[in-house]
Amino acid sequence: MQTNGMPTNWTFMNPMTIVRSLLVLLWLAPLSAQAALSIQHWQTAQGARVVFVESHELPMLDVAVDFPAGSARDPAGKAGLAQLTHGLLDQGAGGLSDTAIAHGLADVGAVLSGRLDRDRAGVTLRTLSSSAEKGKALDLLARVLQQPEFPQAVVKREKDRLIAAIREAEADPGQVAGKAFYRALYGAHPYAHDEAGEMGSVSRLTRGDLQAFYRAHYSAPNAVIALMGDITRSEAEAIAERLARGLPRGAAVAPLPAPAPATPAEIRVAHPSKQSHVLMGSVGISRTDPDYFPLFVGNYVLGGGGFDSRLMREVRDKRGYAYSAYSYFMPLGEAGPFQLGLQTKLEQTNDALKVVRDTLRDFVEKGPSEAELNQAKSNLTGGFPLRIDSNRKILEYLSVIGFYRLPLDYLDTWVDQVNAVDVAAVKQAFARRLDPGKLVTVVVGADRAR
Amino acid sequence: MRIMWGIVLALLVGSAQAGVVDVKLDNGMRVIVQEDRRAPVMVSQVWYRAGSVDEFNGTTGVAHVLEHMMFKGTQDVPPGEFSKRIAAAGGRENAFTSRDHTAYFQQMQTDRLELAMKLEADRMANLVISDELFAKEIQVVMEERRLRTEDQAQSVVYERLMATAYQAHPYGRPIIGWMDDLQHMTAQDARDWYARWYAPNNATLVVAGDVRADEVIAMAKRYFGPLAARPLPERKPQAEPAQIGTKRIVVKAPAKLPYLLMAWHAPALKDWEKDTMPYALQILAGVLSGNDSARLQKSLVKTRQIAVNASAGYDAVSRGPAMFMIDATPAAGKTVADVEKAIRAEIDRIKREGISEAELARVKAQVIAGEVYQRDSLFYQAMQLGDYVTAGLPPEALAGRVGKLRAVTAGEVQAAAREWLKDDQLSVAELDPQPLEQKPARSAAVAGGRHAN
Repeated sequence: MQTNGMPTNWTFMNPMTIVRSLLVLLWLAPLSAQAALSIQHWQTAQGARVVFVESHELPMLDVAVDFPAGSARDPAGKAGLAQLTHGLLDQGAGGLSDTAIAHGLADVGAVLSGRLDRDRAGVTLRTLSSSAEKGKALDLLARVLQQPEFPQAVVKREKDRLIAAIREAEADPGQVAGKAFYRALYGAHPYAHDEAGEMGSVSRLTRGDLQAFYRAHYSAPNAVIALMGDITRSEAEAIAERLARGLPRGAAVAPLPAPAPATPAEIRVAHPSKQSHVLMGSVGISRTDPDYFPLFVGNYVLGGGGFDSRLMREVRDKRGYAYSAYSYFMPLGEAGPFQLGLQTKLEQTNDALKVVRDTLRDFVEKGPSEAELNQAKSNLTGGFPLRIDSNRKILEYLSVIGFYRLPLDYLDTWVDQVNAVDVAAVKQAFARRLDPGKLVTVVVGADRAR
Repeated sequence: MRIMWGIVLALLVGSAQAGVVDVKLDNGMRVIVQEDRRAPVMVSQVWYRAGSVDEFNGTTGVAHVLEHMMFKGTQDVPPGEFSKRIAAAGGRENAFTSRDHTAYFQQMQTDRLELAMKLEADRMANLVISDELFAKEIQVVMEERRLRTEDQAQSVVYERLMATAYQAHPYGRPIIGWMDDLQHMTAQDARDWYARWYAPNNATLVVAGDVRADEVIAMAKRYFGPLAARPLPERKPQAEPAQIGTKRIVVKAPAKLPYLLMAWHAPALKDWEKDTMPYALQILAGVLSGNDSARLQKSLVKTRQIAVNASAGYDAVSRGPAMFMIDATPAAGKTVADVEKAIRAEIDRIKREGISEAELARVKAQVIAGEVYQRDSLFYQAMQLGDYVTAGLPPEALAGRVGKLRAVTAGEVQAAAREWLKDDQLSVAELDPQPLEQKPARSAAVAGGRHAN
C-alpha cells in the first residue's frame, strides 16, 4: 500500500526540524486506568475477530484490518512475497485501477494506509463518518481487501520499485545494521529476513505467487478487524460482516515455529559511513510471555526510558558518545528481539561498546535500584492516559489486542501489572532472559572500526 | 527564580477561532490556549522566536545547541533533573529546533501542567551553561549531525541545495549547523544566544487539552509573569536577491540510487486575508502529489515508470521566504535528466492547460477531511498554533485556512504555476551515487566542512 499524505502537511518538509532525541517508540503499551475504554469484541459469521470502541466525539471512523501475513510468512526462497502482496492490494482491485482507487479515496477525503511487519500485514482506513463519504471509502476498502487483481504490469512495476528500495537501503548504515542483526539473531527462523525481502528473491516472484499468498493468508478466519470511532455497535457489526464476507475462504494459518536461542557472534560490516551503527541483543520474548511486565518495566531503567535511562546517561550525558542510545524488548507472536543500539563516530566505537557492555552487565547482575524502579513505575503509570488519548492510538491497541489475542481487560489491568513489578522480579526476569555473555553484536562502519 | 512584582494583567487579543484563547502578558509573553476535553491530558509548548534564521556565520547551529543545553540545569534545578521530574510525573517531553523557532514541550495528565510551567519558567530565566557539560553536549550534537545529515545522502543533497538556492538569506544554512562551526563552538556562544533570545517577550506558550483557558492564563501569569521583558536585537530582513537564472549542483556521496531535488523560490503566507498565491501553491502541490495517483505519481511512477518515487511539497507558513520543491528517485536504467525532463513536462502541462475541476475538488476534499482528522492529535493542534504564531500569523489564519483553500480556483492554480515555477528561480541538485566500497577520505572527527561523502 502507498501511504497517502495530505496535500498540506508534507512529511517532505520535516527534515527541516530537528528534535533533541529520537524517541524509541515502544509498542509495549498499555491503556488508561482512569479513561477506561469499553472494548467490544465478537466474531463475524466467517470467523473474523472484531474489536470495537464506539466514540462519537469526532465525526470520523478508523478501521484497521490485519492478517498474519507479515514477512515471517514468506515461503522459502520467496523473501519479499508478503511485502509485495500487501503492497499490491490497492494497486488495482474489484474492477478499479490503481488510479481509480487512489482518486476515489481522495475524492471523499479518505486515507488508506498499509503497514507490514514480521507478524502482521494490515490495511488502515481513516474516513469521515458522514454517510456518503464513509460509504464510498468502505466500498473501496472492501474491494482492496477482497478483490485485489495483481495486474501483471503492476506486479512488474512494483517489483522494480521494491528492488530499488532494497538497493537504496544498502547505503543506509542503520538499515544495513538492522538487517544483519536479525539475520544473526534468527538464523534459519522466518524472523531472520527483512520485510522487504532480497533482490534475488523479489526478482523471481510471479503474479501466481502473489495470488497464492493472498488466498492462503487473507482469509476471514485470519482477519482481525478493529473499528474505532463514530459508528454504533449495529453499524460496526454490519461493516465487519461486509468486510469479512468477501474475503477468501480458508483456514487459519498455523503458528510460526519458536525461534532457537541465537548463537553469540560479533559481526563487523564495512561501510563508508562516518558513524558506526552498533546493535546488540538476543532472542527475547513473545507477546504472551509471563516475564513481559518485569522486562518491560525493568527495561525502562536500562534503556527504554529515554533521558531517564542508564544507557542514555552513560553513553550520551556522561560521555557525549552518541545522540541516541536505547534498548527494548519487541515482543512478537513468537519471541521477538531484545535490542540495544547506538551510533557513534568510527574511532570511538570500541569505547562505546565497552560502556554499553558494562552498563548491561551491571544491570543484569544487580538489577535496578529501588529508586530507579519507582521512577520507572511512576512514569509508566502516570503516563498511561497519554497512550490512549487519540482515536489513532486506541485503534492501534485494538489491533494488537485482537491480533495477539490479549485479554480484553489487558488495558484495565495494565497499571496494576506495572505496579506489581518489584526489583527482585526484574532481576530474576533479566537473569532468565538475558545473558550478557551470549549476545549477538553487529557493528556497521568502516572496517578499521575494529 | 527571580521574584518580580505582583499581578500582571492580561491583554485580550481576541480570536476568531472557536476554542482558541490568545492573550499577552504584561511582559510581552503570548499565551494561547486550545481547550479540548477528549482525554484527561494536555500538551504544553513554549515557543521561542529564535531559530537558525537568527544565527550568524561562524556559529551556525547554535540555536539547536542551546536547545540541547536547556536540559542541562539551572540555578535551582540540577542537570538532568528537568527530564527526571517530568518523567516522574508520567510526562513525555522533548524539544525541537527549526529555521524559525525553538520549542520545548511536555505531554502530561492535565493536573500536572503546573509542574511543566514551573520548570519552563525557571529555564527561561535561570539556565546555567557550564563549560564541562557543554563540552560533552557539543559532541552529542556532532553525532546527531553525522546521524541525520552526513550519513544520509539525500539529507546532504537537501543541505547543499539550500546553501545554493539562498545566497544571502540565512535559510541557506543548515539548522544543525556546519560541522566546522560546531567544532569551534564554545559555551560562551551558547550563553550569548540564550541571553539574546530567551526572554518572555520573545516566547509563546501554547497549551492544548483538557484545560480551562482562564486557569491556564492565571497559572502562566504566576510563573512566567514575574520574568522581566528584555529588549530584543533588531532582526534584519536579509532578503534574498532575486534569482536570475537556474542554479545546478552535483553532490557526490555513497549511495545506490541517484536522486533529484528541485526547488523554486516561492512566496510565504504573510497577509492571510489578502494573499492568494500561497493558497494556490498549496493546491498545486496537492494536484502534483497529494494522492497515490496524483500527477507526478501517475505519470512518472505508474505510467511511464521513469521514477520509483516522486513528490511535491510547499510550506506556506514561514518567517522567511518559502520554496516549492519537487523530489524524485529515478527508476533503474533512467537518469536524473530523464526524470527532470518528465517533471518539467508535467509542470508545463499545468502552465499550458491548467488543472481539471475534478482534481481541484479532490484536493479540496482532502483538505476539508484533514481538518477533521487533525483534531485527533492534540499535539498537532498545538504545533500548528505555535507554528503560525511564530511565523507572525494570527490564530485566525489557521482557522481561516480551509475557507481560503476552498476558494482557490483552477485558474489561480495555473497562474501560480506560471508565475512561480520558472526556470530563473529554480535550483536543481543531483545526487551522483558513489560506490559504497569507496572509503571516505578520512576520519569524521576532523572532517571539517567537507561532509559530502
